Amino acid sequence: MLDLKLYNNPVKVTWCPGCGDYGILNAVKSALAQLEIYPHEVLFFSGIGCGSKLPDYVNAIAFTTIHGRALPIAMGAKLANHDLHVICITGDGDGYGIGGNHFLNILRRNPDVVHIAENNMVYGLTKGQYAPTSQRGFVTSTTPEGSIEIAFNPLTTAINGGATFVARGFSGDPKHLAKLIMAAIQHKGYALVDVLQPCVIYNKINTYDYYRERVYKLEEAGHDPADRSAAMQRAQEWGDRIPIGIVYQATGEPTYEDQVAALRAGPLAKRRLAPLGPEQAEALRREFF
Amino acid sequence: MTLRLAGEAGQGVESGGAGFAQALSHGGLWLHTYTEYMSRIRGGLNFFQIRVSDHPLWSHTEGTNILVAFSPEAVRDYGPHIVPGGALLHDEGLKFDHDAVARRGTQLFPMPLTKIAQEVGGNKIMMNTAGLGALAGIIEYPFEFVADVIKKNFKRKGDAVVEGNLKVAAEGYRIAQERYAASFDWKVSPLDARPHRMLINGNQALSVGAIAAGCRFMSGYPMTPASSILEFMASHARKYDIVVKQTEDEIAAICMAIGAGNAGARAMTATSGGGFSLMVEALGLAGMAEVPVVIVEAQRPGPSTGMPTKTEQGDLLFALFASQGEFPRIVLAPGTQEECFHAAARAFNLAEKWQCPVIVMTDFYLTTSMRTLLPSEFPIEHVTIDRGELLTSEQLDRLAGPYLRYKDTPSGISPRALPGHPKAVHQACSDEHDEYGHFEDEDAANRLKMAGKRMRKFRNIVEDLRAPTIYGPERAEVTLMGWGSSYGAMREAVDLLNARGVRANMLHFVDLWPFPEAKAAPLIEAARQLVAVEGNQTGQFAHLVRAMTGRRADRLVLRWDGRPLSPEYILATLEEAKVHA
Repeated sequence: MLDLKLYNNPVKVTWCPGCGDYGILNAVKSALAQLEIYPHEVLFFSGIGCGSKLPDYVNAIAFTTIHGRALPIAMGAKLANHDLHVICITGDGDGYGIGGNHFLNILRRNPDVVHIAENNMVYGLTKGQYAPTSQRGFVTSTTPEGSIEIAFNPLTTAINGGATFVARGFSGDPKHLAKLIMAAIQHKGYALVDVLQPCVIYNKINTYDYYRERVYKLEEAGHDPADRSAAMQRAQEWGDRIPIGIVYQATGEPTYEDQVAALRAGPLAKRRLAPLGPEQAEALRREFF
Repeated sequence: MTLRLAGEAGQGVESGGAGFAQALSHGGLWLHTYTEYMSRIRGGLNFFQIRVSDHPLWSHTEGTNILVAFSPEAVRDYGPHIVPGGALLHDEGLKFDHDAVARRGTQLFPMPLTKIAQEVGGNKIMMNTAGLGALAGIIEYPFEFVADVIKKNFKRKGDAVVEGNLKVAAEGYRIAQERYAASFDWKVSPLDARPHRMLINGNQALSVGAIAAGCRFMSGYPMTPASSILEFMASHARKYDIVVKQTEDEIAAICMAIGAGNAGARAMTATSGGGFSLMVEALGLAGMAEVPVVIVEAQRPGPSTGMPTKTEQGDLLFALFASQGEFPRIVLAPGTQEECFHAAARAFNLAEKWQCPVIVMTDFYLTTSMRTLLPSEFPIEHVTIDRGELLTSEQLDRLAGPYLRYKDTPSGISPRALPGHPKAVHQACSDEHDEYGHFEDEDAANRLKMAGKRMRKFRNIVEDLRAPTIYGPERAEVTLMGWGSSYGAMREAVDLLNARGVRANMLHFVDLWPFPEAKAAPLIEAARQLVAVEGNQTGQFAHLVRAMTGRRADRLVLRWDGRPLSPEYILATLEEAKVHA
């Protein structure tokens, strides 16, 4: 295990006191330390939102990008250098709303990318509008009479869409969450960790207490993550009992990178760049004779 | 002379035309091809035309000497383009108004094409082969060149198919030559010198340039007329070590390229105006985070879906100013196929040196038109690869202080470290940031410093950009000024004007942005009568030149009907302006 201080940087954290993001930040650092991944071996990506500031608070390589687009940028980076661990941090609006099309498509591509979605079921940074994961009836400044939409279920969508690792964590239990993130990093392929994350300012429904009364751990309930239909059932559970843990995991599936011919000789970014030799150049010209 | 094949999509107009072009090229002739097709998979009306000469050609011209029509619509729409004394070659069963065509002075050359295909080849589908054979017979181009191309192009379909097509073409050739060769004035003969020449279109040339420059990653979403770049790169990916990714949309396309570019692979994407519209926000990300990426914008007429399979130069000012805020970008607009190659190769160097997005602008006409060129125009093995201030692993090992990704330097360029070195743990950032790359989106002094650094790059980039090329005599009465694909039409218009005793020259811009003011302004100032020639409705480049130099174009020659500028169109518009003046 590496020293947790290795991941500290001098940047002052600007989240609200009590924000669920602190638990996620601690869990991420703890997972890296336990897996002995050095700061230069991991590449973080994030979009826009409170939680997307997380990479700024970790001493590691990072690219903080634009709203909704972290997933395709992360996939491009993974294809350019598959030696690096890639961890993508999105919010719920960021990852499932504006970035929804990218979410659907990364599921079926299976790059070796970890996707941590901080799901607080509300838009925090823009000060309290409803989110794709807000529950029906949720009252916000843009849904004064309550949301009339069904909440987006990232877990069923991910399993259905072809994801090979689907987990849910709770930021109020960072130790458990760190274990999930470690499993996600160790998983070969796309790994979603949806994190129930209380927003202490704008979400007075889905609070720490709300979750503490309801969450139970799948690994203590005899759930087999390899069982896809059982996973679909657990993924639909919501209300009095909310499962956390690894919901679904398929092992042995090839990653996207594994299947690309040009990557067999190693990462693209590490190739020496030089002009083509005379024979290759002539062959290319001859195609047009 | 110009030969045009026209018919419905699916009748082999484009493949047959391209084959015939190869046959002419192998005879040492110089070609320019131009194609138009409708936005549908079957039916409609397409044409493929070949202008052929014993000297190099730069453009298509208006007017057809012989039209091979496979459908009544082809006669109706393109019959009027046939020059006086020219001919219409058609199947004897084709129904159209014969009198109307004959009244225009066009010769009618009916041929039993379907019959030959069925009786000699055993398959009606070989009708276009019969037509190509007949075409060669009428212009008395030696059959052996046609036969060689048939052998080459049908080889993978088996000997029976090759044999059938050869017989059909020979029979078409024999009958047409016997009946019509004597009454057709234009002939094509192979030249004595037949060096290997390349027959290549703009998208192919650009793709070859990208491969030569070491492009390692391409992501894209299919959109006419850019799709064939994605297809070309995909078909060459294995051989040239490239990852090619078709994405869910153009947003993902540019984002993946940005991710790959930031991680150290030379990366590009290609699209048309509609897709580029979707890419705009991420374009700004590349500007702010200082990520090298190459974006090809193959224009077609807008707005919105516009005319998907026609041509226009209507996106210039959009490309120059797309995305919120101010950041450095480079815009290049090659004018010819060989310039597509060089512009693509340069784009990757410029993107890495200046750590910014580079946009290469083409259009439908340039992307689909082929020209014959000497292989020496494509010096693939001699392309320079310059990655700019990219820190090597050894340089980073020796680094004394902390690594600053966005170090404020006199040039504005911050030496770049690729992700993965222990001494260069860093963050790239879309928010305003400090030299480390950490969020600093409040502080005014930091804003001035970092925005100043980025704009310093923009002011320095211009030193790497080139002056417009000049063609034609000095001290001309008329100077044509244009950018991008209008090069060929302008150049031939200049030749025609000088032949008519009008002293004319031209200024053609490939490097558009940052505007090479110091190099271009004196040339623009020197023009006595400045005529802006553009494929758009409002004279966008003329606006730009006026904004950058204060010089107003004296006249505009604009075309925005979806068709490319031609030498005749330029001359006719100049004449018209004289009449109305």
